[in-house]
Amino acid sequence: MSMHPASVEALTERAMPLIEPMSAPDAGTAAPHIVVEGVDKRFGVPGGEIVALKGIDLTISRGEFVCLLGPSGCGKSTLLNAIAGFSAPTKGTIAVEGRTVAAPGPDRGMVFQEYALFPWMSVAANIAFGLEIKGMKRADIDARVAELLAMLKLTEFRDRFPKDLSGGMRQRVAIARVLALDSPVMLMDEPFGALDALTRRSLQDELIRIWAATGKTIVFVTHSIEESIYLADRIVVLTYRPGTIKRDIRVELPRPRDSAAGAFNELKRELSALVTAEQHRFEEVEVKGLTTD
Amino acid sequence: MHTSRLKSLAEGLAVPVAAILLWQIACSLGLVNPMVLPSPAAVAARWWAYLAPMEPFDPATGSYLAWLFSGEMIHDAIGSLTRVALGFFVGAGLALPLGLFMGSSDTIYRHINPLMQVLRPIPPIAYIPLSILWFGLGNAPAVFLIAIGAFFPVLMNTIAGVRHVDGIYIRAARSLGASRLTIFRRVILPAATPYILSGARIGIGTAFIVVIVAEMIAVNNGLGFRILEAREYFWSDKIIAGMLTIGILGLGIDMAVSRLNSHLLRWHRGLES
Repeated sequence: MSMHPASVEALTERAMPLIEPMSAPDAGTAAPHIVVEGVDKRFGVPGGEIVALKGIDLTISRGEFVCLLGPSGCGKSTLLNAIAGFSAPTKGTIAVEGRTVAAPGPDRGMVFQEYALFPWMSVAANIAFGLEIKGMKRADIDARVAELLAMLKLTEFRDRFPKDLSGGMRQRVAIARVLALDSPVMLMDEPFGALDALTRRSLQDELIRIWAATGKTIVFVTHSIEESIYLADRIVVLTYRPGTIKRDIRVELPRPRDSAAGAFNELKRELSALVTAEQHRFEEVEVKGLTTD
Repeated sequence: MHTSRLKSLAEGLAVPVAAILLWQIACSLGLVNPMVLPSPAAVAARWWAYLAPMEPFDPATGSYLAWLFSGEMIHDAIGSLTRVALGFFVGAGLALPLGLFMGSSDTIYRHINPLMQVLRPIPPIAYIPLSILWFGLGNAPAVFLIAIGAFFPVLMNTIAGVRHVDGIYIRAARSLGASRLTIFRRVILPAATPYILSGARIGIGTAFIVVIVAEMIAVNNGLGFRILEAREYFWSDKIIAGMLTIGILGLGIDMAVSRLNSHLLRWHRGLES
């Protein structure tokens, strides 16, 4: 699966004139892009309260690819939604580019697990939507959409409706829709969770190429250990209720990564132990919840 | 493929053909009073007479096409359809904006919904005395009654459509920078169309029922008027011919609306027949 180099270059040039194509960023010197400080998130539920996040401090550098990893209910999606601006933290602050997050915005593009494509719009119209809101001229929109369609190998599907696409194709459209806006941050909530293994790998590779070409900061939520090692510069493991940061691991493996390599599997073993412990706590609590009901 | 379609056509026709045959035999043997139940042949002949132009063609009076459509049935059908269209546009035209407001604002919903819930179970037929008192006779009370018949299905479905918009579309639109107005126009409205259109289809069906009743009381043309008039002359064959026409027209309207809906909702996943 090869990328169309011309279209990628064209996109990069238009997209991010200020940012150099990525090499591995150095956490010590790179500028902080997303700063999460002392964030708590509590939800009221019948008969009590769930502490989804507690005391989260996290600084993400510009251009970094960060995976939030943990079992169901560990608050990883809650944290992502807070960064996206969909739900405000109960305590603490989140700043992106030095500005406190108060609402969702096109500077933080979001890719959802359920794709969230507008089913009444064609592929091309979905990608154009954000640009139309921006008030871009029709000719510019058309050119940009054509570029993105080529980049994500969607050109021949441009007039289809989402219902006529496979899951993998839909997620490509969702990624293109976010890329259209040139947002410096891309937030991804288990985007490949519903895809089969082969489609998943090909989209992971595609994502890595797009990231390398555009230098975006990516925060990627997953419960797949393998996926997080394959993709991330940095893996943040969260604990189950309350959600806290259990470990913050830098992945130094060279890219492209080989999931069969020894070092890859060593890291996988280490992460498995961390995540499995949280999974056990999750299961205990869920079972207890069931028996007391 | 071809033979199976032929087969299903044959299967569909078998029972009606048998029923008509039995009916004809009963009439031919003199088992029923033709005043009570005329024979299918008599009904068919009357239907044709009802459809066909009343005068022979005379080039001096107008074009051939105008003559072709000068039959009584065509006039009645046009009259009924015009009333359905007018009444439906008044009813749906009021219900759609109100439903959009009620669906998108809880405050408006809480204020207006109780009144709607009280009015909704009143059948449009029950408005007949009031409609005559208010509008007298003629097209006005008919349009009023049809509008009431079309209003509630469109209103209820519009409210439900707006309220059932999947929150993920709204979240996606917000994260793409859409304003509230843009979200309403380009996300909520299209997402609600499957509901709104199915409400419109029910509304047109109701309008068609109401038009027949309204014509029986308030006007002196239209399909509803014609079958009541036929009863006064004991033309039972014409009554049945008129009913047949009403049935065919109703089926035609529903098929047309359904085709239009399928076209408008070609993006939609679970499309009803």
